[in-house]
Amino acid sequence: MIRIEHIGMTYDKGRVVALQDVNLEVNKGEIFGLIGPDGAGKTTLFRILTTLLLPEKGQAWVNNYDVVKDYKAIRNSVGYMPGKFSLYQDLTIEENLNFFATVFGTTIAENYDLIKDIYVQIEPFKNRRAGKLSGGMKQKLALCCALIHKPDVLFLDEPTTGVDVVSRKEFWDMLKSLRKEGITILVSTPYMDEATLCDRIALIQKGSILSVDTPEGIVHSFSGQLYAVHGQGTYHLLQATRGYEGVASCFAFGDALHATFKPGAQGPALQAYLQSKGHSDARVDPIKPGIEDCFIQLLNQ
Amino acid sequence: MNTEAVIVTDKLTKRFGPFIACNELTFQVDKGEIFGFLGANGAGKTTAMRMLCGLLNPSSGKATVAGFDVYTQANRIKQRIGYMSQRFSLYDDLTVSENIRFFGGIYGMSISDIKKKTSALLSELQLEKEAKTLVRDIPPGWKQKLAFSVSIVHGPDIVFLDEPTGGVDPVTRRQFWDLIYEAADKGVTVFVTTHYMDEAEYCNRVSIMVDGVIADLDAPARLKTKYQVSSMEEVFYALARNAVRKAD
Repeated sequence: MIRIEHIGMTYDKGRVVALQDVNLEVNKGEIFGLIGPDGAGKTTLFRILTTLLLPEKGQAWVNNYDVVKDYKAIRNSVGYMPGKFSLYQDLTIEENLNFFATVFGTTIAENYDLIKDIYVQIEPFKNRRAGKLSGGMKQKLALCCALIHKPDVLFLDEPTTGVDVVSRKEFWDMLKSLRKEGITILVSTPYMDEATLCDRIALIQKGSILSVDTPEGIVHSFSGQLYAVHGQGTYHLLQATRGYEGVASCFAFGDALHATFKPGAQGPALQAYLQSKGHSDARVDPIKPGIEDCFIQLLNQ
Repeated sequence: MNTEAVIVTDKLTKRFGPFIACNELTFQVDKGEIFGFLGANGAGKTTAMRMLCGLLNPSSGKATVAGFDVYTQANRIKQRIGYMSQRFSLYDDLTVSENIRFFGGIYGMSISDIKKKTSALLSELQLEKEAKTLVRDIPPGWKQKLAFSVSIVHGPDIVFLDEPTGGVDPVTRRQFWDLIYEAADKGVTVFVTTHYMDEAEYCNRVSIMVDGVIADLDAPARLKTKYQVSSMEEVFYALARNAVRKAD
């Protein structure tokens, strides 16, 4: 549904590399996650795919249309929700939705089924101006506006950034029901925990794709054994663990530390070492890595 | 843990007309503690934080920050705290050392103190070579670490961090937390809001606000035991799921 070949992009007369030889394929009907921090190049890629920016190098197709030559056809068949709220602040909810429906030559009624589940949540406020809405409501309105012409592909650029856990969960539930309608979704996020909700993901950093796979596949490719270190006093435990010569990397990770070892070093030896350093309650256990562990490992390579 | 309290509130309340943004917040934060201040969007976190920073007068209730009263000594409070948020931290069109000088000056430090602190800070962050680089030209991760260091440049009692780590890569996020641990270890109290629930685990204690009230407050491990779940995300979900307010 989306094919990206050797896309490259720089800004500031070549001083800033935004994208570097990016190759990706997104299949029809999948939720594909682009996972990476600010400045990784996610938004640039979205803007190229939605025909708002011409790539310097490479080619890309959305729905078999070329992003440069067939930009008009692409604009008619995709929905785009930019990271920055871009609806008309001085139009009401209903006016915004009507506007976008009209621009795409359709009506709210025609595709109401598609947005119904989302729209009913903001409908009680349909006469309120978009500029006066809360973050969560703006997000839902923006999604409705991106969907109102029944696009084949939906581009969502960091839809959940700065949104609390409960609203994020609701948003992902909405995406799952849209997938059932056959819509292909490319979504970017800086939250690693959302990666597991995608069918496939690409980890991106500094304009390059580090890895593309299913979430399970990414986790499976973690090299070496990961260990969790539990104990009181995170800061001192962290320093003590990093001070152990067999430790290759160690990071705070939720309620534990996650550590990997250099060849030959073992968990029990670290546990004994930490206990000898006054961390009498320290416990070192092998664990399964998560997406974030994999990302950290790829970043450090 | 040192039990000297640096933030004490008693039924701290803020109304905007009929709307009660913060309803009788009563809690205390101890010296050197990393205190997580969590809540759903619209729960009242920002309002509470603004009152504690001396930027907004409460409607009723009491609060002292670093020993000063939020009603009558707001200016004294501002001198004893640091503040950093993801949205606003440093000036992009000033260089690294100009930013340090600017914020040092704002916080009332003397020229000679600022000079000493600038070179110490640059070497700590290994930014000596970037002293004359505009902040807009340094990588986002460095910027964030610099912003944090700048927010505590004047040696405050408390630093307020409002979603400090949004959008940075996982390695930088952890390096940032290393700085937080280090500051707390030196006795700076850290008051932090975040949407990353793994970061909630790094706090000594967390409070979770729902619809203007503190729904619960305790050490992460105790909260998980209480709600019989295995992560802070689930604790948050259990408490905030039924929130009525969903504003920002």
